[in-house]
Amino acid sequence: MMNFDYSRATSLEEAATLARHPGAMLLAGGTTLLDLAKCEVARPERVIDLTRLPGLNTITVGESGATIGALATMSRVADDHGIQRRYPAIAESLLLAASAQLRNMATIGGNLLQRTRCPYFRDPAGYPACNKRDPGTGCSAIGGITRDHAVLGTSDHCIAVYPGDLAVALSALGATIQTNLRAIEIEAFFLMPGATPERETVLERGEIITAIAVPATPLAANSTYLKVRDRQSYEFAAASAAVGLELDSDGVTIRDIRVALGGIATKPWRAIAVEDALRGRRLDEGTVREASRTAVDGAKSHGGNAYKIELAPCVVARAILKAGGIQ
Amino acid sequence: MASVRPVKLDINGKEKTLSLEPRVTLLDALREHLHMTGTKKGCDQGQCGACTVHVDGQRVLACLTLAVQSEGSAITTIEGLAGPDGTPHPVQQAFIEEDAFQCGYCTPGQIMSAVACIREGRAGSDDEIREFMAGNLCRCGAYPNIVSAVRKAAEATA
Repeated sequence: MMNFDYSRATSLEEAATLARHPGAMLLAGGTTLLDLAKCEVARPERVIDLTRLPGLNTITVGESGATIGALATMSRVADDHGIQRRYPAIAESLLLAASAQLRNMATIGGNLLQRTRCPYFRDPAGYPACNKRDPGTGCSAIGGITRDHAVLGTSDHCIAVYPGDLAVALSALGATIQTNLRAIEIEAFFLMPGATPERETVLERGEIITAIAVPATPLAANSTYLKVRDRQSYEFAAASAAVGLELDSDGVTIRDIRVALGGIATKPWRAIAVEDALRGRRLDEGTVREASRTAVDGAKSHGGNAYKIELAPCVVARAILKAGGIQ
Repeated sequence: MASVRPVKLDINGKEKTLSLEPRVTLLDALREHLHMTGTKKGCDQGQCGACTVHVDGQRVLACLTLAVQSEGSAITTIEGLAGPDGTPHPVQQAFIEEDAFQCGYCTPGQIMSAVACIREGRAGSDDEIREFMAGNLCRCGAYPNIVSAVRKAAEATA
């Protein structure tokens, strides 16, 4: 790990000013930044420690919605009874991610900004070509081993998967990311790689996530997160789905539904086609399975990841049926 | 560029002042600067759990924590677990009784993780223990005995 200067920010304004310097990087839980600094993927000249900033780790769950401070740790949010009751998909997505130790360290704001696990991205010495890490150098994954790479939202420049779970749940629940400058709907927050895979979110230099706001809706209260992976625990998703489901008073007609996928795309992937195909329809297994096929509309295989195109609709269907109490 | 700075750490109830570059992790501060080698360096990238310590009572990975970030926090390592007279902590005793290790390299991390796991109330069944101890890898594969030790210690604490 290269050496760096260290500053402990005492106010958000100070942190933002320090973060505007080229070469400055923000430090919260450290689980991504220090990991990537050790691989020499991240080469910060100055690290701005945000962890002492006051008032940024509060969790508030009220009638109209929840606000989660950016410095709240994954474990605190997962253990919050209000979050568990009104936003089960959030609590589940956090508990199914990482390990207990990492969840005690990693913050909610940092969790959203975690970088891809693409092995080519993480290995500068072995694979000099990576457009995400070093723009313009090419992509080692395309034509390489692609079992864990994206089938949706890819470009000729990058096929790396967005690795997170929480952001998938937040996409399904229509969350808003609050920064020191503005509020950004989660749909607009993450960017697809296109020709600039190094740019993963709309955040500007010196912009700092301060909180996540989630609206209270009936479908948020009846939401779930399903994660399928190679190991039963402590593993990234092969495919995952977050579903929020609201039924009519008859208990079988779908009044509203929101679906997002993880582990298969370059960003948290909202499956609007599935939602549209199911809204107003009857909740039964055949209907759900047929609609879930549209989750992978436009998917492109790179060889090793072809299984994800088969797997993802099954995960979506199971998650919807689970939210509907059928499975 | 970055220079050495004084870093004051509270480790097992004792205050230590070190001169460290900002990039020094809590793990390297413990092992290389304080020569407290009970906390192990396994993968050094947050995947194996061998470096698990407690910071303000919470289990965390010392390899992904900067020492300077830990200023003002109470750090507990495996060396701080036994009683003042050297009596092993109940979890240490359970690991001995259940033969919950082979080479022993992951054991300090397993024990620190297990102490926290029990305190968190996440050791209620074998499945729960497996899930909430998943961040501690054992390459010898002593998992069945580790689960037994954690269950035994949890039952004794309950």
